[in-house]
Amino acid sequence: MNSRRRTTIIASLVLVLSLAASSFVLHRADQLRPPGTLDEVLFLSSPTVIKRASLGYDGLVACIYWTRAVQYFGFRHHNYAPSYNLLAPLLEITTHLDPHLIVAYEFGSSFLAPQPPAGAGEPDRAVALMQYGIQNNPDNWRLYYDLGFVYYMELRDYKNAEEAFERGSHVPHAHPFMKIFAAQMAQHAGEYRTARMLWSATYETTQDKQIRQNAVEHLRALRADEDVKHLQEAVTRFGERTGHLPTSMAELAEAEGINGIPVDPDGQPYLLTPDGRIELRSPENFPFATRGLPPGFRPKYNAPIP
Amino acid sequence: MNSRISHIASNTFREAVRDRVLYNLIAFALLLSGAAILVGKISIAIEKLVVINLGLTAVSLFGVVIAIFIGIGLVSKEIEKRTLYTVLSRPVRRWEFIVGKFFGLAGTLAVNTFFMALGVFLALFYVSHTFVRADALIFVALYFIILEFLIICALALLFSSFSSPLLSAVFAFSLFVVGSFAEDLRNFAAMTHGITRWLATGTAYLVPNFSAFNVITSIAHEQPVAGQLIFHNTLYAFFYALMALSGAVLIFEYRDLK
Repeated sequence: MNSRRRTTIIASLVLVLSLAASSFVLHRADQLRPPGTLDEVLFLSSPTVIKRASLGYDGLVACIYWTRAVQYFGFRHHNYAPSYNLLAPLLEITTHLDPHLIVAYEFGSSFLAPQPPAGAGEPDRAVALMQYGIQNNPDNWRLYYDLGFVYYMELRDYKNAEEAFERGSHVPHAHPFMKIFAAQMAQHAGEYRTARMLWSATYETTQDKQIRQNAVEHLRALRADEDVKHLQEAVTRFGERTGHLPTSMAELAEAEGINGIPVDPDGQPYLLTPDGRIELRSPENFPFATRGLPPGFRPKYNAPIP
Repeated sequence: MNSRISHIASNTFREAVRDRVLYNLIAFALLLSGAAILVGKISIAIEKLVVINLGLTAVSLFGVVIAIFIGIGLVSKEIEKRTLYTVLSRPVRRWEFIVGKFFGLAGTLAVNTFFMALGVFLALFYVSHTFVRADALIFVALYFIILEFLIICALALLFSSFSSPLLSAVFAFSLFVVGSFAEDLRNFAAMTHGITRWLATGTAYLVPNFSAFNVITSIAHEQPVAGQLIFHNTLYAFFYALMALSGAVLIFEYRDLK
């Protein structure tokens, strides 16, 4: 082996080993540092400054910030984080850089509005985001729909929801259901069927797989909520009539004239607890259900993005 | 174009395409277009948007870098290697030398843009599996990018005609940055009074205005570009490049090359 070849081999080995060693040491150092040091930070928080610094390539920078918002939300959602402090600023920067990035308003509002852990629990900022979107894209009826949706689902503000649907219904090429929703808000706000109509409309009018899956999950949860509510009322009626609680679901079904044992949307029978509560057999399969959950239950797996 | 100018232009083109740095930059731009596909995958519902935005931004930024780094050496390198004296000892006028260099560099950038654009279209086809009518708008963005390059080529040549390569690069890049803020400068001028207003307005018209050429974001959203804007941008690029080129000719004409 000549000296040049020997040098090449030794240098290559040293290079690979040094790289491996430095990576290992860095990994150990990361474990020693307090978690706060590794937390995500928004170094530039002013949308105006970022827009200027983008040198006119604001569309690309908006895409980068949108991706960052998605990653931030996805990571924290996956880890069941209790807060989403950077989400609203990230979305505000994104939409300021590219006010026509419709997806950032649509998904952004559904990231921001729901309560943690499903979302950031900031429905007011979701409303502000949607209003900014409408201001910049007044001809997009879906933004009015999403605004009405946030008012209805998260804020239970039926008057503003009605107004949003009504305004959206006048936009050229708006879906005919916008007028129906505006009317529904006035007459049947707060009813399951109204919520079901909204989620069905979301399912039918989007091509996005994640939004469709999310709508399906909410529709399943709504059906489960409605079933549990009716069954719970049946238990109360049974108790008032007989003076004691039903001992089994079969007894309740027979007394109420229900054919067979009632089952949830997955086909699993509902549970009747000894203290007369109706519960879902697998509540973890219904991340958006609000009824039929065991006391203290919190979903431990990754719920779909709201 | 007279034959002397075309000879200088073709030689400049040949010399430029031999530069390895050029290929590295093109490869990097193509890599970025490819990376756009990956960025789209880790985001939601912006695959096509990010391919167009990232792809065209890469074409624009790398083109600017190529224009500056080749443009600044066009005159100084000839002086340094003493090849300029051989050229000028023949029946070649100084202004022909400058104009030839400009066309050579412009041709190099047009060819580079073609290859980088090919990468963008390939990435777009990979993401969309088909082309739609609105994708033709990308050609408008590419045309504007080329117009931008012509201005930068002329500016690089202007600085190269009297300054060192390093200073020329600093001047040209600074003007590119200032040119991106030209509209802010004009807005600032509108808010001031007296001599400041005159100075700011003058500066705003003196520096190149690149913001009018940047239609990448609106094209990514499939928003059409007005024919009037295409016409005015073409005229603006022509006159601005002509102005910078005339400046380069004037300076070079009187430069003492001894």
